[in-house]
Amino acid sequence: MLAYHFTEMPYPYFPPEAEVELNSPRVILPNRYFDPQVGADLYNRYLDDYIYADDLGLEIMLNEHHQTATCTDAIISISGAVLARQTKRAKICLLGNPLPHRDNPLRVAEEVAMLDCISRGRIISGFVRGVGTEVHPANTNPALTRERFEEAHDLIIKAWTTPDPFNWEGKHWHYRYANVWPQPYQKPHPPIWITGTSPDNIPWIAEHQYNFAAFLMAYDDVTKLIDIYRRRSAEQGLPAPGPERFAYLALCYVANTDERALDEGKELMWYTSRRRHPGFSNPPGFNSVRTNMMILQGVDKPRGDTFDSLRSKGIVIAGSPTTVVQQIKEWHKRGIGHLLMMNHAGTLSTELTRRSMKLFADEVYPEIRELRGGPEMDGATPSAEPERAVKERVMRAEG
Amino acid sequence: MTEAVLDHAEITPVSGGELEMRRGGTGRAVLLLHGSYGWWGWETVHERLAAQFDVIAPSHPGFGRSTRIPGIDTVDDLAYFYLDLLAEMRLTPARVVGFGLGGWIAAEIAVRSPEAVERLVLVDSVGIKVSDRETRDIGDPFIVSGPELQGMLWRDPEAHQAPVPGPTLEPQLLEAVLRNLESALYYGWKPYMHNPKLRQRLHRIVSPTLVVWGGDDRIVSLTYGRAFAESIPGAHFVEIPDAGHYPHREQVEKFIPAVVDFLK
Repeated sequence: MLAYHFTEMPYPYFPPEAEVELNSPRVILPNRYFDPQVGADLYNRYLDDYIYADDLGLEIMLNEHHQTATCTDAIISISGAVLARQTKRAKICLLGNPLPHRDNPLRVAEEVAMLDCISRGRIISGFVRGVGTEVHPANTNPALTRERFEEAHDLIIKAWTTPDPFNWEGKHWHYRYANVWPQPYQKPHPPIWITGTSPDNIPWIAEHQYNFAAFLMAYDDVTKLIDIYRRRSAEQGLPAPGPERFAYLALCYVANTDERALDEGKELMWYTSRRRHPGFSNPPGFNSVRTNMMILQGVDKPRGDTFDSLRSKGIVIAGSPTTVVQQIKEWHKRGIGHLLMMNHAGTLSTELTRRSMKLFADEVYPEIRELRGGPEMDGATPSAEPERAVKERVMRAEG
Repeated sequence: MTEAVLDHAEITPVSGGELEMRRGGTGRAVLLLHGSYGWWGWETVHERLAAQFDVIAPSHPGFGRSTRIPGIDTVDDLAYFYLDLLAEMRLTPARVVGFGLGGWIAAEIAVRSPEAVERLVLVDSVGIKVSDRETRDIGDPFIVSGPELQGMLWRDPEAHQAPVPGPTLEPQLLEAVLRNLESALYYGWKPYMHNPKLRQRLHRIVSPTLVVWGGDDRIVSLTYGRAFAESIPGAHFVEIPDAGHYPHREQVEKFIPAVVDFLK
């Protein structure tokens, strides 16, 4: 089991009444509430926390969103570039590039290949369709996001695996001399991860034997999606996928005691408590008519969760090290081999974030790291660095 | 409700798919092209026009119960699709009435094949760009819901309600409404509900043209409507007072005589 540190790099200092009035901290929350002085501090703090994760022996995950106070990591190629140079060993999981919204997929191929070379092969290249609120910032036709995703994907993979210039005359993109310099450090290309929330794209992920990542879903929902993946693999006569193929993102907080973790970690609920504007979250065409009918007829995720109820579903992993180990083992039992840890949200301080990360690295990680699907797993090279050297750097980092 | 939705509606095979077609009445054929929110059954406007005309009211590909048709991705495609359909049905030159998005399609038909249109009626139509780049001419009802949405569609939302997605709609209508919204944006997403080239081509229209507008349209203003009419040679402009985006629904008694006189 590999563990990844993650923050959305939120900018939580906007007037709460503005979010209430607009029913959204995304897309239309005026950027007049962004103070670059504060933003500068936040970016540097978040990047420092990532470097700390590297020192602790954790891997790193980045994501991007646009026009939103909930995530100011607007371009993962930029945060990824900083960390490709400033970290030494961590995998950098870009999860991911929102392919339908990138107007030039060859530019994505270039950015990821550059990052892979600079980091000497530490990049995981995630591709995502993007959530509904990404549609308006890029002004992409929601009904075309799926087919744009697939064409951009095909083009990028071809650009990474074709040693000569090639022609591309697709539906959405046209090039007469596609010939991407540089090429990825890893061969044939960095591992590909794809996110999914519904059965719609899981068979496609399975057919390509890519890693599937589920975000903030309950145990049973994830189990169902993993089953779909496995069934599809079997139908295609592909090798049975192990835990190394499946990743799960949870809100994570570790403290000395359960009580303390539940109390301090509550701030992570900042993320799940943000308002969702139905028009921007679910623009017509983004979900299928069938899915929308199910949503409207009430077959939807229930709202009004508490930190504790989210914990019972596995969406929150919080408690003492012993408790957290048990929770992670439950996820592993359900097939998960990569734990994406949202260790920060809202105004959770650097001090508390790092204390939780440190406790995880010291007391939780050793208990779960060697679970099958650990560092020996496919496509994931374990840190070449001796453990002692890592520990020394951690001590240094803690000053 | 189900029966009302299916009244006068038949499924007709067309090349590449199936078209839901509502048809009724006798007399000269009139093709009615609906807007983003589709037809809500055999409506009063159909019934009243059917008293004097052979009313043909298809659901565009992807709307209502019409299938999406491979290769039909844009309003440009829809214009050629209807030109082919009119020719196949031997209705050319045709009398065409377009509402909202349907008006845009009708205008695209008329600039492509001016001789294929005998009479053209545009009702609160979208399709052209009038203002500067920082002014959105066409309202965006697609991100709002409930009273806010009804308030954009009607002058008097207390008296009228468009069927919009919600758990209380019966499933057949709900599915149609969801398909309508998805398809409206599929064709009209970008540039938003218009073709930047259309206005400069409107001079090609040779048929007598009537532009009808709800006096209180909150999706496309009266000013926009007048600009549309002024871009079409010889077009007449008629304002229907006390109506929003749907004068044919909100003031059908005023709408019918204006249009019937012109189409006769």
